[in-house]
Amino acid sequence: MIRMDLRPTPSRFWTSASPIMAVVLTMIAGGVLFALLGKDPLVAIRTIFWDPLFGEFAFYYRPQLLVKGAPLILIAIGLSLGFRAGIWNIGAEGQYIVGAISGAAVGLAFYPLDSFIVFPLMVLAGALGGMAWAMVPALLKVRFGTNEILVSLMLVYVAENLLAAMALGPLKNPDGMGFPGSRNLSQYDSADSWIVESAGLHWGVVAAVVAVICAWVLLNRHMLGFQIRLTGQSPRAARFAGVRPNALVLFCLGTSGALAGLAGLFEVAGPSGQISIDFNSGYGFTAIIVAFLGRLHPLGILLGGLLMALTYIGGEIAQSQMALPAAAIQAFQGMLLFFLLGVDVLTNYRVRFGKTEVA
Amino acid sequence: MTNLLTIEGLTKAYPGVVANDNVSFSVREGEVHALLGENGAGKSTLVKMIYGLVKPDSGRMTLRDAAHEPTEPRAARAAGVGMVFQHFSLFEALNVAENVALGMENPPPQRQLAARIREVSENYGLPLDPFRVVGDLSAGERQRVEIIRCLLQDPRLLIMDEPTSVLTPQEVKILFETLRRLAAEGTAILYISHKLEEIRALCDGATILRQGKVIDSCDPREKSAAELAEMMVGSTLHSPNRSATEPGEIVLDVSGLSLKPATPFGKTLKNVHLTVRAGEVLGIGGVAGNGQDELLAALSGEVLAEANAIRLHNRPIGQLGPNARRRLAMLSAPEERLGHAAAPDMSLTENALLTGAIRENLVANGFLRWPAARAFAERIIKGFDVRTPGPENAARSLSGGNLQKFVIGREVLQRPEVLVVNQPTWGVDASAAAAIRQALLDLASEGTAVIVISQDLDELMEVSDRFAALNEGRLSAPRAACDLTMEEIGLMMGGAHDMEVAHVAE
Repeated sequence: MIRMDLRPTPSRFWTSASPIMAVVLTMIAGGVLFALLGKDPLVAIRTIFWDPLFGEFAFYYRPQLLVKGAPLILIAIGLSLGFRAGIWNIGAEGQYIVGAISGAAVGLAFYPLDSFIVFPLMVLAGALGGMAWAMVPALLKVRFGTNEILVSLMLVYVAENLLAAMALGPLKNPDGMGFPGSRNLSQYDSADSWIVESAGLHWGVVAAVVAVICAWVLLNRHMLGFQIRLTGQSPRAARFAGVRPNALVLFCLGTSGALAGLAGLFEVAGPSGQISIDFNSGYGFTAIIVAFLGRLHPLGILLGGLLMALTYIGGEIAQSQMALPAAAIQAFQGMLLFFLLGVDVLTNYRVRFGKTEVA
Repeated sequence: MTNLLTIEGLTKAYPGVVANDNVSFSVREGEVHALLGENGAGKSTLVKMIYGLVKPDSGRMTLRDAAHEPTEPRAARAAGVGMVFQHFSLFEALNVAENVALGMENPPPQRQLAARIREVSENYGLPLDPFRVVGDLSAGERQRVEIIRCLLQDPRLLIMDEPTSVLTPQEVKILFETLRRLAAEGTAILYISHKLEEIRALCDGATILRQGKVIDSCDPREKSAAELAEMMVGSTLHSPNRSATEPGEIVLDVSGLSLKPATPFGKTLKNVHLTVRAGEVLGIGGVAGNGQDELLAALSGEVLAEANAIRLHNRPIGQLGPNARRRLAMLSAPEERLGHAAAPDMSLTENALLTGAIRENLVANGFLRWPAARAFAERIIKGFDVRTPGPENAARSLSGGNLQKFVIGREVLQRPEVLVVNQPTWGVDASAAAAIRQALLDLASEGTAVIVISQDLDELMEVSDRFAALNEGRLSAPRAACDLTMEEIGLMMGGAHDMEVAHVAE
């Protein structure tokens, strides 16, 4: 029988080794899945993990890595702060949408003014929009004790309908011959978030890197970060240490909302270009996986976001080249989180094989 | 009388520690047998093996001439072994009869069971209403539920783990009468405790454990408490000494403090009055669950009170949070070490930061000064003899006694003017407990006003200048500790909760 003993302190080795082991296990289990579907598992794994980086068309896929990774990382960094404190913002997707709408609305309002001030104002509006959307669950939780998981999640669906209303109504392109969707912001120089489009570099990438650094400093060097970690580990000890739980709820939800809003703004002003009915593509939900994949650590999230972006891009290639069903790719991504959480046990427990005992 | 339970060469090892090393002893029928030893001496592991919770590595147990090898508590119960744990396993929202039924294999209908509970409880002088909700019962009454739950199975051997730690002196007396009556009927009782006077008053035989080994056995009635203590600890213990100082001016003044509890089964604090002078130790006794946690939370600032209800140097502080009070040199150490006084998974450095950030200057402009925090943690470890490889170790890796020394040391080193501690030596071995009490007395002699909340009356008598008791959220008027008798203390703690009546009637 298998027995699990709690380690006195978390294992340092397994803290860093378990994500690698999880990726390896995902490749093995995924390979079996692909083989059962009648595809060559080695080719499929190579298509997903190798081709986007070093394959024949890598020059096209590598910039995509930044484009897809940046919003995931930016959102996941914000979420990780709350998750560490036990504050569960599940509605980043909605905050992402509202941030994009707010930012885009500011940009469209100035159209066609040519000024350096337009883009910074859009960034500000995007952050405030996302933050405001996250403040709804935050204030309801602080004031009435509602569950932030439910409220933030339900607001995603409100945001999706708001998006449709905006794309069809106030933000619709007046020169669009009746088609739904706004003007293309990436063709409006003052509102464009691209820095080097061919390299996949836009201001969202810069913001993601800055967010990773700021989050690292906050968690490791600042009292607020200490309070966040303390609250997540032992809420009672946190109150004893003078942490005000309500202030922390407002800060964590506000920050994660603002970062999700920023991600939405950079997306709408660059890669996506316009507010359309189907503007959002699930970054806000995938970022939850990225946050846990990176074990809520800023550098881990950076790597986790890039890995997740890789499986997205690789998955799309595998779909188009090997005719793998989309569901198989999603199952593959799900396995990654499954194995990560499973292997995580090794960090805190030592596994022993041998006789069981009544204990 | 014949031997009921014989234990030969019982050994149980855990990674890194041998909990029981070749333990042998026997219990006769109708004997009240004490297992005496410090925390960590292996008493709990031993009885868990008898009760089928832990399987021994080697050794033999014989119960009434038959091999006793229970693989689970159910088997042990079937063989006639009952156990009352130190921590109760009762559902607060259910009534007494429902709780008893939950522990039975085939519970009879509620009405029949209730009648049985009444009958057994009155036979043994432990009156209990089967339809009362457990959440409303005192700790002593809850223990009665656990005892009656065992007695309903007619055990041959009843194991009691530290049964008196939650009782008032009067309740202890009643419990002892019950146990003596059980013994007279032939039930053997295995009694675990480290309270020597109790063992001398109750037990016919004693086995003394130290570091997992049987050190000695004796008839406790023929030994003095000091002799027993020496056998238990293995060396003479120094009782804390204090230099007599005149108490100074009043530092902390609590008047008319009333607070509603945050949880449904918490206690309401009702009109609490107390004052503490500089250099004085105020001991607050009482049975667990009578408002101790609530009082500490109100004094630490975790729960806010009316501004004027708590005054420090005549300044209203009832509305100030924990950190604002720390700034004013009013510090506290709660009872629960893991999860309240310290964060289990954080390092000792981080735990030093937890309360030391303000007074030890460990934060500059919101940024943490890790080297300073580490140095502070090292000072605590050194100054209070905390056994750990270093400050980077997680709090949960420390033994209870070592972590408690760390928690108390962390507050003592911050030069408090008022220090409030709850259960400062709970679950701590005798030498660590002595060190902690000495540290509190030293602090008082340097002019700090100290409040010690504890359920250990011996401890309170040892350290307090004045004594008060919490009962149902009310604090009795403090009295000088030196001229109090145990009887008077018991009455201050709320007497025996109507138990006398039943005994007069018998």
